[in-house]
Amino acid sequence: MEFSLTDEQRQFQEEVDKALGRISPLERVRKAAASPHEFAQDVWSGLADLGIPAMLVPEAYGGLGLGLLDAVLVAELLGKHVVPAPFLGAAVIAPLALVGFGTDELKSDLLPRIAAGEMRLGAAIAQPVSGNHEKTGLHARSGKLSGKSTFVVDHIGAHGFVVADDDGRLFYVEADAEGLDILTIDTVDRTRGTAQLAFSDVAARPLDGGNEGLGRLADATRLVLAADLLGAGWKMINDAVEYAKIRNQFGRPIGSFQAVKHMCSEMAAGLEPGRALLWYAGYAFDNDLEDASLCCMHAKAYMAEAARFAARTATEVHGGMGITDQLGLQYWFKRVGWSYQAYGSPERLREEAALKQGLIARERFAVGAAP
Amino acid sequence: MDLTYSDEHEAFRREVRAFLAANKEHYPKPFGVNRPPDDARAWQRRLIEHGYAARTIPEIYGGFGAEPDILKSHIIAEEFSRAKAPWGLVSQGISMLVPTLLEMGSEEQKRRWIPPTLRGEIVWCQGYSEPGAGSDLASLSTSAVEDGDDFIINGQKIWTTTAHAADMIFCLVRTEPDAPNKYLGISYLIFPMDTPGIEIRPLMTMTGNAEFNEVFFTDVRVPKSQVVGARGQGWTVSNATLKHERGMMGDPNASAARMNSILQLMGEETLDGMRVIDMPVFRDRAMRLQGKVLAMQYHGMRLLTMQANRQDPGLARLIVKLQACEINHQLAALAVDVMGEMGLLYHDSPLSRSHGVWQKRYMFDLAMIIGGGTAQIQKNLIAERGLGLPREPKLAKAK
Repeated sequence: MEFSLTDEQRQFQEEVDKALGRISPLERVRKAAASPHEFAQDVWSGLADLGIPAMLVPEAYGGLGLGLLDAVLVAELLGKHVVPAPFLGAAVIAPLALVGFGTDELKSDLLPRIAAGEMRLGAAIAQPVSGNHEKTGLHARSGKLSGKSTFVVDHIGAHGFVVADDDGRLFYVEADAEGLDILTIDTVDRTRGTAQLAFSDVAARPLDGGNEGLGRLADATRLVLAADLLGAGWKMINDAVEYAKIRNQFGRPIGSFQAVKHMCSEMAAGLEPGRALLWYAGYAFDNDLEDASLCCMHAKAYMAEAARFAARTATEVHGGMGITDQLGLQYWFKRVGWSYQAYGSPERLREEAALKQGLIARERFAVGAAP
Repeated sequence: MDLTYSDEHEAFRREVRAFLAANKEHYPKPFGVNRPPDDARAWQRRLIEHGYAARTIPEIYGGFGAEPDILKSHIIAEEFSRAKAPWGLVSQGISMLVPTLLEMGSEEQKRRWIPPTLRGEIVWCQGYSEPGAGSDLASLSTSAVEDGDDFIINGQKIWTTTAHAADMIFCLVRTEPDAPNKYLGISYLIFPMDTPGIEIRPLMTMTGNAEFNEVFFTDVRVPKSQVVGARGQGWTVSNATLKHERGMMGDPNASAARMNSILQLMGEETLDGMRVIDMPVFRDRAMRLQGKVLAMQYHGMRLLTMQANRQDPGLARLIVKLQACEINHQLAALAVDVMGEMGLLYHDSPLSRSHGVWQKRYMFDLAMIIGGGTAQIQKNLIAERGLGLPREPKLAKAK
């Protein structure tokens, strides 16, 4: 029994952390946020050099054959550095969908290119995972998709998409397929590409996962976002602590006042226990344990609230400077805001958790159709 | 991450399980904060004999004498929880005094006091807090004045759990009032509670019980040989003890057990015929707490591994008391709210559920948030020791 990361995992995290400091410093993030419709190729190439797109691709297809727990450790650092890169769609959802549910032909065609970072897929699975806000559904009829899918991630420059229709069935769709329209939508977080896809009779190749397949992708997506929240949240706490040490008022550092100290302690005490829950959920996912899905739901709901509290409180510790663009805190604040809502807000996730444990009957489920 | 157990540990788990199954008829009845009765002491002796209590305490001091193995301790805890078997004796003597004596006591003190304490034959209470020295414990003023081979003690202690049932007290007193600072000049003394000059008054709390006492000392004569550690070093000695107290106050498995009984309660309680679990507002509160309880459980396993690997958990350990006590209090509040008006029923009132246990916990768990270092003190510790924020500057002395 060893509830900890391995030495290799820790070393890998250190290496990636250092590299991301070079690949995606604050100036690079600012530039990306200023032109959110352009693909940040240099950043992505940097991640590809580190082997990040290859992590979840099996060795037989030229990947590293690592597990979700490893991806979670990277996601934490991507949140810490607010990296503008399509990690979620291209390096997590796409390989998991193809490895789990793709045909042999599709796997040998796409996976090696995904591992090399040459091919990037976006993911259009939010609708059946977090609920449909528009009154337009997405349906498959005789192998063709029609309708809309909102809150699509990582569409900028994507070569194709993993798509889930409203019944939770999975498909692969090429980006240049006839009848597919891609509409970029601008969220508050400009470090991540978000879109709505409109389909009219678009040719789609089914991925044979059924609803279970979508559930698996939802678990992974949620856990990766929980990790992004952990990284972004801790970065904001550390910034607040450092600022409180050097900012003087009334002749002493503001961090020596208990009111400020307690804000910092509350942030840290709230966020840190979630780390162990994340690790466990990643381990449970990789080892197909019974409670994997439940723990992924709880991990994201927990992290969303703890990181949001950290984001607003850390900003507050910075005083007026916190809300200006000079320190750049806003990029973390907004990234936390995005991850909080996407793929299941805390309220929705907790409803699913209750349903998952059989505490309530499906008809008592309050927030819409469960996946 | 590898959450599988080795063959040796799996075998150990089977052994604990078999022991518990075979010894059901020896389980003692609960006895609250009183002296352990015969059946509890017999159970304790049986547990020590098999290594399920006093496990790592050397045999010469009445323990089982096993090598420390955090995983085995964890397995024992898990299996006792699973079987709903009563623990060995949990008392301030066993949890706080014994580790302190092992670390700081003289050979004679260890041999004399540890074995009967472990067996539950000697009951201890802790004389730390005073009316004027709570969070600022080091400012305590109970005095011990030298008189030949003795100290003469005068002063008052408060929050003294089990004082009414205790044979002995471990107590902080000021032996050197002129020491250069308040941390020096405190000594850690142990003496019998029937020493002339000791008066105990029960302290009634809002639960309706006297979980604590006040203890008054008037010219209490204690031999100097009863000091633990060196004279004037009592602050250092007591810090060894406080460390054990904080570890005691945040057991995540106990919170998980409470969570599960609340979920069961929510499936049983109804309002206008609707189960409380079917009401989204209550359900959301319950699920939010479940997430927190799960996080603390895995956080506990993470700490366990760090401890087993002799790594310093730093901030990860400092947050436990604050988080765990707050979660427990929120759990009690949820249970009371789930029952609504019926949650107000107390003691053995007609219609009351489980003797109003949740209402009692809602009150008593607030004491847990305050005791053993208040939530505010914990936040100072997290900020200063965990995050490296500067200490509050000392006030200039008034002229």
